[in-house]
Amino acid sequence: MSLSKPAPSAEEIREIVASQLHLEGPLLPIFHALQDAFGCVPEGALPVIADALNITRAEVHGVMSFYHDFREVPAGRHVVKICRAEACQAVGADALAARTLEKLGTEWHGTTANGAVTIEPVYCLGLCACGPAAMVDNKVVGRVDDAKMAKLLAEAGA
Amino acid sequence: MKIYVPLDSAAKALGADEVADAIMSEAATRGLDVQVIRNGTRGMIWLEPLVELEQDGTRVGYGPVAVEDVPALLDGKLASLGPVEDIPFLAKQTRLTFARVGVIDPLDLTDYEAHGGLAGLRRAIAMTGAEIVKEVTDSGLRGRGGAGFPTGIKWNTVLGAEADQKYIVCNADEGDSGTFADRMVMEGDPFCLIEGMAIAGLGVGATRGYVYLRSEYPDAIAVMEEAVRRARAAGVLGADVLGSGKAFDMEIRVGAGAYVCGEETSLLNSLEGKRGIVRAKPPLPALEGFLGKPTVVNNVLSLATVPVIFEKGAAHYAGFGLGRSKGTMPIQIAGNVKFGGLFETAFGMPLGTLVNEVAGGTASGRPVKAVQVGGPLGAYLHPDQFDTPFGYEEFDQAGGLIGHAGVVIFDDSADMLKMARFAMEFCAVESCGKCTPCRIGAVRGVETIDRIAEGDASAIGLLTDLCETMKDGSLCALGGFTPFPVMSALTHFPDDFARQKEAAE
Repeated sequence: MSLSKPAPSAEEIREIVASQLHLEGPLLPIFHALQDAFGCVPEGALPVIADALNITRAEVHGVMSFYHDFREVPAGRHVVKICRAEACQAVGADALAARTLEKLGTEWHGTTANGAVTIEPVYCLGLCACGPAAMVDNKVVGRVDDAKMAKLLAEAGA
Repeated sequence: MKIYVPLDSAAKALGADEVADAIMSEAATRGLDVQVIRNGTRGMIWLEPLVELEQDGTRVGYGPVAVEDVPALLDGKLASLGPVEDIPFLAKQTRLTFARVGVIDPLDLTDYEAHGGLAGLRRAIAMTGAEIVKEVTDSGLRGRGGAGFPTGIKWNTVLGAEADQKYIVCNADEGDSGTFADRMVMEGDPFCLIEGMAIAGLGVGATRGYVYLRSEYPDAIAVMEEAVRRARAAGVLGADVLGSGKAFDMEIRVGAGAYVCGEETSLLNSLEGKRGIVRAKPPLPALEGFLGKPTVVNNVLSLATVPVIFEKGAAHYAGFGLGRSKGTMPIQIAGNVKFGGLFETAFGMPLGTLVNEVAGGTASGRPVKAVQVGGPLGAYLHPDQFDTPFGYEEFDQAGGLIGHAGVVIFDDSADMLKMARFAMEFCAVESCGKCTPCRIGAVRGVETIDRIAEGDASAIGLLTDLCETMKDGSLCALGGFTPFPVMSALTHFPDDFARQKEAAE
């Protein structure tokens, strides 16, 4: 989902934007569809969206930047999310996250030097009775300890 | 032989997919006639992956099952938990909203109907809109998202509004830590939510519905989307709902990682394609909601409870509960806990019974220090308050809230100053930015708690003052309720805030 790809063509962008225009309130679905296709919402898409929805480019940017999910540049090849919410904190998620960041030599939202893994905080995956919880791309993992995290990171190529 | 392996995220997170694969390949190797059914979870998360073998009509449980256990499982040599329904954690519950979750194949509409599904919708089809709304009002159902507003009154406002288009919007932006009941319903009994929304649509005269589902739940999104497709193909949704001549259809919309979109007006803005900024009320969403049209905004659990109310009658539902908290509440037990999971029970159970008896205390075996009820905006309660009965008014009197009924347990290693700081930090990260007490207050709150942590006791008064301002001056519950965890931590655990000044000062 997050492999670096050649810059999308205006044609590709227009096609994706057009595919969502029949919806009521199409802007978030447009962002999601673009990000699914390109790993981010490319800058070149903003004027196309603004034109299609008859809103200003600033408005499009304002909406996009409001949401944590949408990226201006693609993430690493895999995204590892570690839950920071209270239920996971109650079973040691804080320390797990700190050790993981230290091991990878990166901060939250950072990507490993080899581009394999982007690490992000997430506030609740709904796995509150089997924390600490994490998600690798779209795959959920529960009761994560150091050994499990090391395995996940190794599989992701970090 | 039928073997059930849950497809619920929590079960998957603990290896259910791998176990299901192992069962299928082992059965194929042995030439066994095995049908693997992916059910929802029973909600006993400490037993996941909980595999069930149907023997002579009884489902016998095994768990937690690892891939290595599969040969022994098929040999009949693995130690069993006995009939699943007899496991005390499950046997003690009153399951109304969650009656089918974990029992049926979530995407099998025939299985759904065989377990009472669609009976409520069929009954509603024979009723007028006003009768449908009255049934919900009579059941005493209150909004399960947190605020506890009577659902029937909300529906009645939408019913009475004149408009060319009305909407049903389901709030499935379950962002509160310690809560996962919405996710369990959507993954384990999606048709129940669809049926509830269809009944709501018929009741208030809305023909379109949306489920605003958070992006952090990819599995729930996949199950719900497939369920909507199947419901449409079977005529449960569409221009002629179950041959009634009435229309109702719905879509799943995916959120984008903003906690504040769980607030209903911010959710509506997000659904419209705007920034998820809170709207001032009035106008109420019931009158001017999605795209300015009358809109019912209800939580997943509220809508998923509607079918059982129509199947069994309002009086049956209202017969459970305590005072003005009628019916049952699916309580989610989480955090540092021995028996974590979902426990649906009539309102009224004392918090201490839940924590010590049902949940069995902490997983670490250490004493319980604090329990946070109601998510990141809920108060930290002290064991001294364990006699508080689980009910909206009762928790309010104890200085807390039940919210979405997530109960997060902490052992004595928890640092409550740190938890208070986290509450402020979370509010700062997730604030929509519209009102000053929340946007600025949360940042100042973090700084003030840091001063206290450094030994500046004079900052405690400042923090209290700040919390008052946030509580009174914020537009929505994010800024308005963040003081709950902060002040409860400060009030009940003052020792954690009495830091010594560094000697080098």
